[in-house]
Amino acid sequence: MSSVKISTRQVDGVTILDMSGRITLGEGSVQLRDAVRDLLAKSQKHILLNLGDVTYIDSSGIGELVSAFTTAKNQGGELKLLNLTRKVHDLLQITKLYTVFDVKDDEASAIGAFKK
Amino acid sequence: MTGSKASRITYTLDSSLDSVNRVEQTAEQVAQKAGFDDDEVFRVSMAAREAAVNAVLHGNAYSPDKRITASFETTPKSLVIRIADQGPGLDPATLPDPLAPDNLLRGSGRGIFLIRSFMDEVEFRMLNPGTELTLIKHLVSA
Repeated sequence: MSSVKISTRQVDGVTILDMSGRITLGEGSVQLRDAVRDLLAKSQKHILLNLGDVTYIDSSGIGELVSAFTTAKNQGGELKLLNLTRKVHDLLQITKLYTVFDVKDDEASAIGAFKK
Repeated sequence: MTGSKASRITYTLDSSLDSVNRVEQTAEQVAQKAGFDDDEVFRVSMAAREAAVNAVLHGNAYSPDKRITASFETTPKSLVIRIADQGPGLDPATLPDPLAPDNLLRGSGRGIFLIRSFMDEVEFRMLNPGTELTLIKHLVSA
């Protein structure tokens, strides 16, 4: 089973992490954690996670999204989610996290929603 | 639904992430073979994965000396998955509610909740040592 792949790009002061694959216990979750920590350490505090090509996420991956969100917030940053697949959307609904995250389905409006 | 004939697969696996993946893949294959639609196959395989994670991580704590057992049984009425570990035992009554406002932003503690959300029946059995989770998905409406 392949793990997650993450590529990074900058648009108007927002760092977009384009993620694909599986965010699960082990490598996938660790990669996400490290990527967000690296950005915050470099004071890149406007983070948009593009989950459009994330095919699978388990409870560990959900926990990692929550931890990334709270870590960014605690350091004065913002973390938003973009392009949820139906399965990830449903998981966030079931766990009552959908309203905790700021979820967007359009990249331009997501970028515009960051407080800059 | 198909699955008119009972069948059973049992594995004894080490306490590793490879075992977690194998349980998930087997659950997916068994659920597909039983005739569930794609959404139900996803729910069953995810519940099985979460149970295996629980056994490997929280039960056996990745111990090389401990094993998990996983069985997959299709009966005319149900798909029954049993995952057992050799850990200290899990009392489900002690698990915090992940939907409680104080727990909502916790980074863990959603596995058992998802299993219960995705399966029709979930049973815990203390093995002394260890815990066995039985996950049941009905093949036909009751």
